[in-house]
Amino acid sequence: MLTRLRGPIVVLPAVAWLAVFFLLPLAFILVISLGSRDELGRIVLDHPSLDNYRKAFNPDYLPTLVNALRYAALTTVASLLIGYPVAYWISRYGGHRKALLLVIVMLPFWTSYLIRTYAWMIILRDNGVVNSALRTIGLTSDPVILLNTDFSVVLGMTYGFLPFAILPIYVSIDRLDHNLVAAARDLYASGRSAFLHVTLPLSMPGVIAASILTFIPAIGDFVTPDLLGGAQQTTIAKIIQERFLDGRDWPFGSALGFILIAVTLVGTLIALKNVRREVVGE
Amino acid sequence: MSREHNRLLSAYVLLVYAFLFAPIVVLIVFSFNDSKRTFVWKGFTTEWYARLVANEDLLAAVGVTIQVALVAVLVSTILGTLLGLGLARLRFRGRGSTETLLLLPMVTPEIVMGLSLLLFFVALFDTRGSFAQLGVAHITFCVSFVAITVRSRAAGMSPHLEEAARDLGASAWGAFRYVTLPLITPGIVAGALLALSLSIDDYVISAFNAGIGNTTLPLYIYSAIKFGVSPEINAISTIVVAITALAILFAWRVGTFRGAKAPITQDAEPAAR
Repeated sequence: MLTRLRGPIVVLPAVAWLAVFFLLPLAFILVISLGSRDELGRIVLDHPSLDNYRKAFNPDYLPTLVNALRYAALTTVASLLIGYPVAYWISRYGGHRKALLLVIVMLPFWTSYLIRTYAWMIILRDNGVVNSALRTIGLTSDPVILLNTDFSVVLGMTYGFLPFAILPIYVSIDRLDHNLVAAARDLYASGRSAFLHVTLPLSMPGVIAASILTFIPAIGDFVTPDLLGGAQQTTIAKIIQERFLDGRDWPFGSALGFILIAVTLVGTLIALKNVRREVVGE
Repeated sequence: MSREHNRLLSAYVLLVYAFLFAPIVVLIVFSFNDSKRTFVWKGFTTEWYARLVANEDLLAAVGVTIQVALVAVLVSTILGTLLGLGLARLRFRGRGSTETLLLLPMVTPEIVMGLSLLLFFVALFDTRGSFAQLGVAHITFCVSFVAITVRSRAAGMSPHLEEAARDLGASAWGAFRYVTLPLITPGIVAGALLALSLSIDDYVISAFNAGIGNTTLPLYIYSAIKFGVSPEINAISTIVVAITALAILFAWRVGTFRGAKAPITQDAEPAAR
């Protein structure tokens, strides 16, 4: 049935679907981002210009991009630091329960991201779970401000994307040949130096994959900075959402969207290139 | 690594597991708390659940969510299965770019995908937020996930099985229908369940593509959260968490993970390389 000739026919429906409803709409972002608005707020495409991009990099908006990059970087670092030991432990000590231990890591991830973020709201808010507990045991009388801070945003993102970090690191640690570690120990490497000079370098492809998989969703994340952050925690995704759903400046919102996808793709390509070098050894 | 390190590491890992589940446990516990305002335990109640049944906006949102999910699962499963099968089993020109096309929607920020479809529908059809638009949006972000799930299952299946069926006189269609299809069915079911949970959970893309009368459950929850934290939201959230967790456990039972144990996969290892 699946002969050479039928190949294109089998994949054609999905390819056509993605071309029309995914690629083509992306092109619309680029076109609209070059436009402007007339007095009535309608989109005008007569005089294409880069004004929206210039505006995006002016001091009013540049900080939102910097903020998004900062949160994504902090989230990536936190996820790696928290996730690496977990991945290592599952691979080394998981035994026959490895698959189950991984599914347990993934389980919260499969429940709604929105609801998990909301759960942090009820934990961190001024009369939330943490502050109620602190007051009950008499540690504080005034609430400790946890919500609407950089801390709460990074915490929420790290919580949301941690499984993305654990999984690829686990795969690369689990795949490496443990005879190499044993050999290092035989040659009188301490446990620490065997880890630093054998296990860690060999698991780098997993670490890089984990970085991509946490950085990308973090940089475009809108739900976390909106729910767990306040006015100070504005990111580029939050501005895009505002321009489209509350305000009406679609051309400017499109320019921000295009910048976001450009940053994401460039980041992915750079990281992928590094992974390939690690794996293939070019 | 010394035993002491080992114990320290185990304790740390246990702590991370607790961190992963703590917020969900808190949410569930306080959905039964007999207090409107505070987060101190005041006693057990199911009042918040009882109130949900009388909430017409909520029930309407559940209805919309189910309709969109059905459309998204049906179409994305058909498209994604064909794509995944084609990529796993066939050599054709443009295969590399097809793979890239498959991965792109998965690395594109959701917000970008959401706004691009909004622009597309407004520019071409001058409509905004129709049910069709919402359905198209959901199908688009589900296709890749179904395709990847089906592809990994199909790649683990030996092509010799279908050839053997042909040698024994099966027609091309017969070999596909009675050999290939049953073998990849777990992958298809897992892909469909994945699409279901993605569709039910989606907020960002729906926020851009849903209109008046098309409020889905996540959109409803989001506006309720913005309005203020309440025990009713805890109760809805608990129900959603329970349903998605069941769907995922079911997908795990039938799906890709268990596939690793099937003899068919082991036997196909060399062929897959």
